[in-house]
Amino acid sequence: MASHPALAPSTERIRVSHLCVSYHGVVALHDVSLTVKAGIICGLVGTNGAGKSTLFKALMGFVRPSQGEISINGLPLRQALRRQAVAYVPQMESVDWNFPIHVANVVMMGRYGGMNLLRIPRRDDHRAVRESLERVELWPLRHRQIGELSGGQRKRAFLARALAQGASVLLLDEPFAGVDIRTERLMIELFQQFRTEGRTLLISTHDLSHVTGFCDEVVLINKTVLAYGDTSEVFTEENLARTFGGSPAQRLTSPSLAPRPEPGREPWGSER
Amino acid sequence: MDPLSWLLEPLRHDFMVRALLVSALVAGVCGLLSCFMTLKGWALMGDAVSHAVMPGVVIAYALNLPFALGAFVFGVGSVAVIGYIKQTTRIKEDAVIGLVFTGFFALGLTLISKVRSTIDLTHILFGNVLGISGDDIRQTVLISVLVLLLLLLFRRDLILFCFDPTHARSIGVNTGFLHYLLLSVLSLAAVAGLQTVGIILVVAMLVTPGATAYLLTDRFDRMTWIAIGSAVLSSLLGIYWSYWMDASTAGCIVLVQTGLFLLSFLFAPRHGLLAQRRR
Repeated sequence: MASHPALAPSTERIRVSHLCVSYHGVVALHDVSLTVKAGIICGLVGTNGAGKSTLFKALMGFVRPSQGEISINGLPLRQALRRQAVAYVPQMESVDWNFPIHVANVVMMGRYGGMNLLRIPRRDDHRAVRESLERVELWPLRHRQIGELSGGQRKRAFLARALAQGASVLLLDEPFAGVDIRTERLMIELFQQFRTEGRTLLISTHDLSHVTGFCDEVVLINKTVLAYGDTSEVFTEENLARTFGGSPAQRLTSPSLAPRPEPGREPWGSER
Repeated sequence: MDPLSWLLEPLRHDFMVRALLVSALVAGVCGLLSCFMTLKGWALMGDAVSHAVMPGVVIAYALNLPFALGAFVFGVGSVAVIGYIKQTTRIKEDAVIGLVFTGFFALGLTLISKVRSTIDLTHILFGNVLGISGDDIRQTVLISVLVLLLLLLFRRDLILFCFDPTHARSIGVNTGFLHYLLLSVLSLAAVAGLQTVGIILVVAMLVTPGATAYLLTDRFDRMTWIAIGSAVLSSLLGIYWSYWMDASTAGCIVLVQTGLFLLSFLFAPRHGLLAQRRR
């Protein structure tokens, strides 16, 4: 794929410094600091309500932090967002699959931010859509209504939208929820290609098998960053216990003690 | 009676020609809007806004202002009130919507009974397209054209807003603006619609054509054409029907719309009841 300006080499993709967010006086995130480099797959691990989605919202500029700053590709967040640097890949349950729209149009929506007010696609918009769809192998299905896609194809359609957007930072919200193993393998392959291209992926999950499988780095989060760094260093029994508190004992098993899972394998069974 | 004279005889009356043209225009515009309402899940909001515009219309008439202005202020205002109460209390949204729009509606009713004016309550409640005045026609046409232009201009953004507001926001689309745009357009369309079928039934114009079309296609473009077509057809057929049967015009228009929905519900090729049974 042709190189995109947003993908220009910059060693630092995400820098969050001393971020605090609160809703109506209730603290959701406190003093969160982390720096993620280009070409990193980073797992964001925490229980429900630990602040994973608040961090995503902050990275998309949806919440006004009470303190702290975020920069993406060395730019202040607002500017980076205006340059389409950040793409959010939604949880599949939150999408209206009956919506009368076909695959190519969903992917085209990734281009809207760079279009004029009437959102009339130009030639390079069409080309970006085509290239993105070809990369996720959905080009032949581009005229399908989105609900007619299989589970794995649906995921890939939304990944194609992030590609078409030219984003250098991808926020993936529970990407493996309800996915079969074959699809999961395909997705991980794509993620690894994105990494090679210098994109940075932040993957929120509460299933630890994925994190040990292919994440380069991990952030353990519970209102604040409990631990952050290389997966092998962060994944200690003690850190996991701090993250998951009263979770079942097997969740707390350190990966060094448990059989190391291959990418795509779910040693603890599916979440659902 | 032969079909030709069934069709032509009413056209000898000027009021019938006016009624047919005005309601076809209003129905078409409301039909287009109804696609967004159905997909956004705003049917209840449409009901609320269309009732809440009533005091605005009454005040505007009393002060000799364009009724669109009054409708706009009270339509958007009611939604702001709904949003505020929902945010600041623990009451669930449907309850808030129910209590706010009935409150506004009651205010309108009371105002009508106290403010001396030429407005006829039944005309506001049930429409008066057969007796529509020249001034009202001008305003209604103006509103309809404005709504049509706004919907066409922001069509793609509104589709995105209905489909995936999170993505829209993350790429820098102003979703707050789109939210209020859609609300404003809804208020304006409601006041145009009440000219033809009245406040009580206007929600049918804002929901039924979109729902009918939604069962018939998986393409947004086709959905809008089907919705507009079925809305226009319903209003024309409804007016003819009411003429020949000497029945309520608003009732007839909405009945035809509902009839078309039932046909679509039963016979739609993929999403209809029979098609689903066969599967």
